[in-house]
Amino acid sequence: MEWLQQLVNGISLGSIYALIALGYTMVYGIIKLINFAHGDVFMLGAFIGFYAIARWDLGFFPALIIAMLLCAIIGVIIERVAYKRLRNATRIAALITAIGVSLLIEYTVIFFRGASPEAYPEVFANKSINILGANISSISIVILAVTVVLMILLHFIVHKTKIGKAMRAVSHDADAARLMGINVDNTISATFAIGSALAGAAGVIFGLYYTRIEPLMGVLPGLKAFVAAVLGGIGSIPGAMTGGLVLGVVETIVSALGYSLWRDAAAFVILILILILKPSGIFGKNTREKV
Amino acid sequence: MKKSKAFWGFLVLALVIYAVVQGMISGGMLDLYYQNILIQMCINVMLAVSLHIVIGITGQFSIGHAGFMAVGAYVSAIVTMKLGLPLIVAILLGAVISALAGLLVGIPTLRLKGDYLAIATLGFAEIIRIIFLNVDYVGGAAGMVVMNMTTWTYAFVAVVITILVIANFTNSRHGRGCISIREDEIASDAMGINTTYYKVIAFTIGAFFAGVAGAIYSHNFFIIQPTTFNFLKSFDILIYVVLGGLGSLSGSVIAAIFLTVVSAYLSNFPETRMIIYSLVLIIVMLYRPTGLMGTKEITSLFKFGKKGGSKV
Repeated sequence: MEWLQQLVNGISLGSIYALIALGYTMVYGIIKLINFAHGDVFMLGAFIGFYAIARWDLGFFPALIIAMLLCAIIGVIIERVAYKRLRNATRIAALITAIGVSLLIEYTVIFFRGASPEAYPEVFANKSINILGANISSISIVILAVTVVLMILLHFIVHKTKIGKAMRAVSHDADAARLMGINVDNTISATFAIGSALAGAAGVIFGLYYTRIEPLMGVLPGLKAFVAAVLGGIGSIPGAMTGGLVLGVVETIVSALGYSLWRDAAAFVILILILILKPSGIFGKNTREKV
Repeated sequence: MKKSKAFWGFLVLALVIYAVVQGMISGGMLDLYYQNILIQMCINVMLAVSLHIVIGITGQFSIGHAGFMAVGAYVSAIVTMKLGLPLIVAILLGAVISALAGLLVGIPTLRLKGDYLAIATLGFAEIIRIIFLNVDYVGGAAGMVVMNMTTWTYAFVAVVITILVIANFTNSRHGRGCISIREDEIASDAMGINTTYYKVIAFTIGAFFAGVAGAIYSHNFFIIQPTTFNFLKSFDILIYVVLGGLGSLSGSVIAAIFLTVVSAYLSNFPETRMIIYSLVLIIVMLYRPTGLMGTKEITSLFKFGKKGGSKV
């Protein structure tokens, strides 16, 4: 039952990607900006979780909640300080600012604590459970449970609450939403807060799963999560979940076939294929270009 | 008439700079450390100018320029180290193969716009890097040992040729086609400009000169490793172009020279360097989104000045 085990590994990895991709896709859906700093918020989440567990002796769930709260605050600060003035700027200016914010976060962290990696403490006794002949670690199950709960929560927020309704309205048409009395600035900040909180949660479970965190760890998962968001159709929440899971499973398959050094290339090959064949992604809608 | 005046003016300026620096090297006033900084400067200027034609002139946002530099570096290293051919052949071959890579990457990706193009070029650059990482013939992750063959003369001649070709391209019919794409792609398409053709041409020329820069880079240090050509290198090149001014050739040249000097002084504090870089990037974008020079050239600031500024 080798393949079942690989599938579970792939889904664990994929759910981390999916959590990061949700932030990308929500932010892109609402202000059409690729938030390059999102991967670094994920890194900050991992470090906050690490310090909460290792230094303050907190359990896993308090650490997760602290990481999510602090990341939400960081996300809102980034949006208010750097991106808010760029609402009407060119796309290139916004993208370069996002790259600048990303580099600033990475190297500020390196400046204050050095570039050395940190070993994540073990919070759960790593038991493995035998299901159908596959050894599934308890960590995988925790990751899956956390992801599922967060996604249900997100679905509830987006579809059943007032702020969720405002978010959907702003992403549909920001000007019309403003005319209807929606506070667009607050809605955008709320989107950043929710997306960053999810990235923070992803950071903590990434640390738990891979047990090694470092200041530049956010770059590659960040880019791959963006690939996942594009794969699912950027702007679409179910798309980001599906895209993340597909990407995680594909990467695990590539590794399992013995090409682990090519694993990172697989994500970018998927990206280029999807951009060439179906740029709107699996769940995306085709948009007509208007002059 | 006016154009050829600028052309000869630039050549004279280049000759004067070359003579002065060569005189200082022969006179022993510049030791190896400073010569190395000069060569680095030349490499960075070439990279900046070759990205300038893609981002500044054609308005296509590519952030995978280090990938083409890697192709030039590795191909030229193979030519000199494995085939034993002279350096000049290696530079040319590296540049041509890099241009071919640019063509291959450009044809599918340049259909994309804005953010998608940026991510696709970044993806291609990472794929190129991962390919070099996995090919044992070029040493894999450990890197490839390359002899030190680059001299100041090679680097300087390459810079002069790069700037001349790209300045002349910009002033030509093709260059105006590219500028019209930057200003409004749909409108220029409607005016009968073959936008795909011009975008691919600009991208290929950019890749060609990035290949030249890569070839000179690989023969300047004793080893090349795939990690050198990661996305941080691409961002470095991007910073030169953005800081100098999107659309200003002399701006990107000056920014490349200035930032090379700054990073040489800060080489003992790499974190501080990156923090300063990123803050400068954010502040420039927030308060002056067109870059320091905008689309102006230095020639339009001083009536008698020529581009290039002061070297050293």
